[in-house]
Amino acid sequence: MNIHEYQAKQLFERYGIPAVKGEVLETPDQAFSLAKEIAAPIILKAQVHAGGRGKAGGVKMAKTADEAREKASLILGMSIKGLKVSKVLAYKAEEIRREAYLGITIDRSAKRPVLIGTSEGGIEIEQLAKEKPEVIYKIPIDVSNGQLGDIFESMASNIYPEPELAAQASDIIARLYKIFVEMDCALIEINPLVLNDQNNLIAIDAKINFDDNAAFRHPEWEQMRDPSQEDSREREAKNCGLSFVALDGDIGCIVNGAGLAMATMDMIKTAGGEPANFLDVGGSSNPDKVLNALKIILSNSRVKAIVINIFGGITRCDDIASGIIKATQSMKIPVPVCVRLTGTNEDKASEILKGTDLVTEKTMPDVIRKAVELAKKEAVKK
Amino acid sequence: MSILIDEKTRVIVQGITGRDGSFHALSMREYGTKVVGGVVPGKGGSEVEGIPVFNSVNEAKDKTGAQATVLFVPARFASSAMKEAIEAKLEIVVCITEGIPVLDMIRIQESLEGRETRLIGPNCPGIISPGKSKLGIMPGAIHKPGGVGVISRSGTLTYEVVYELTRSGMGQSTCIGIGGDPVVGTGFIDLLQLFQEDSETQGVVLIGEIGGTQEEETAEFIREYFTKPVVAFIAGRTAPSGKRMGHAGAIISGNLGTAEAKIKAFGEVGVPVASSPGEIPGLMKNLLAS
Repeated sequence: MNIHEYQAKQLFERYGIPAVKGEVLETPDQAFSLAKEIAAPIILKAQVHAGGRGKAGGVKMAKTADEAREKASLILGMSIKGLKVSKVLAYKAEEIRREAYLGITIDRSAKRPVLIGTSEGGIEIEQLAKEKPEVIYKIPIDVSNGQLGDIFESMASNIYPEPELAAQASDIIARLYKIFVEMDCALIEINPLVLNDQNNLIAIDAKINFDDNAAFRHPEWEQMRDPSQEDSREREAKNCGLSFVALDGDIGCIVNGAGLAMATMDMIKTAGGEPANFLDVGGSSNPDKVLNALKIILSNSRVKAIVINIFGGITRCDDIASGIIKATQSMKIPVPVCVRLTGTNEDKASEILKGTDLVTEKTMPDVIRKAVELAKKEAVKK
Repeated sequence: MSILIDEKTRVIVQGITGRDGSFHALSMREYGTKVVGGVVPGKGGSEVEGIPVFNSVNEAKDKTGAQATVLFVPARFASSAMKEAIEAKLEIVVCITEGIPVLDMIRIQESLEGRETRLIGPNCPGIISPGKSKLGIMPGAIHKPGGVGVISRSGTLTYEVVYELTRSGMGQSTCIGIGGDPVVGTGFIDLLQLFQEDSETQGVVLIGEIGGTQEEETAEFIREYFTKPVVAFIAGRTAPSGKRMGHAGAIISGNLGTAEAKIKAFGEVGVPVASSPGEIPGLMKNLLAS
């Protein structure tokens, strides 16, 4: 789960990490008033759950109040990677002497959190990792080790040769790690950590992702959720217990299991089509899930054909078939539906689907080929 | 032979009285697995269709001689259940449960270091040595004893691949779903080492997906050490960056973890990558014949 920069900075404040907090604005007039009050150049930053805000024009400096209003109105109207910007974070521009990067994430291979730091902050860490990997320091952390002070200090002095700055950085790293563990983060990042004109280190930006699997022990996350940053169909699918990701194509997919769902998307592409979504109906075979899945897929008017690809293990094919029948009786399905049900109770399922106008196939390549073909025919019709 | 488990492996089921736990304990027993007991704290002394239930893993191990456990325990209790199994020194711990926080898994991982216990999962379908024993939720009937080892990050996609192998007459020695989470107990490389030593296994199918760099590291390992034929499949060529595709571990972060990079890594070490599950048996047959 993503949260906004301003929310991450609120957490920084709670844990004692120095950060440029700023004000959250929702109108250009608020930007005008704030700039007037500060009477110095201000920075305006789009609050959006997407990387690359700067490149997309979502971060601007304004020198006057009029300029602040104008630039805020530009940012507030824009969409970045398909996400609408409805909030801007604004603060007085800092005097910047040096920019560093600090982050903690999970190193899957080491099976540990890894502390990442570099004195060359301010640019995307992935880009830096490609161009100058030698300037990035990485230290894996043993979570069962209660004495991490030495590790934090060694990272801090890698970035800052000056003992006084290293001491400040070490304190920030310790607090960052505390947030990471206590709040079940998947990623926490300060980019840049700035040395200002008072010789203090201060976080100009803040990024936090939470580990979705830990949501059960963090009821407070719910208040940080911003529904405007989520695809409405993805949200609805989640409420129905389905795992769904919207894509750009025109062939809807309903599959059981995430790996098989991805493989289905890939094969649609290989067969000359474009998948409209990723959808995993999960392991249980509640017929209502199929009904809901079809509703969500059909709410996208671009969809021209649907593939249902089920390999029954725990999922029973006859339950899926009943769900499909229930759906055809309760709603109008304006596009061809191609079904392949293999595994547990497949015979009962084909009995149930007999006599309907659904397209049924025996194998995964066949059902996909058929759906791609029918989607192309539908496209011509329209 | 097979790896990890065979018809002699004595197995307990943690969470045996739950809906999934009881269903799969019975279906495992029906397949031929030696299910010798179950564990549910507070329900010791009862039984599930003749399978005795114990209060703790230690007690179950003492009374039944269990060597392995399969966990069907809800996510919020799963890590303490795993810990119990590790402390009881069971040889194999299979965790089916999905949705365990990654920091919990990291703590479990640290507690495993220096111990003999092997953890499979979490968020996985389990292990099957066809015709001998299954510790998991896969449909037994699609499998057939034979010489192909299968290692996969997925569940139903593995069934699809196994189904294709069986249909084309190629049986399997052991199939392992290692789990779809970012941090899992046992990885591709650990299992390839076991398959290397297993005389029955003639070749191995690896089923990877987007996220992380495990496939790239495995390709490197294959070049250096693995001598048997390998065929790979990678799911997620059409997955967008930054989106979690169902599995917690299936996410491309920036330019890291793409299907392209994994396919390229396998290609560079001479491992053919199938473009669909149906291609896998043919590719394997060619390698075994040459």
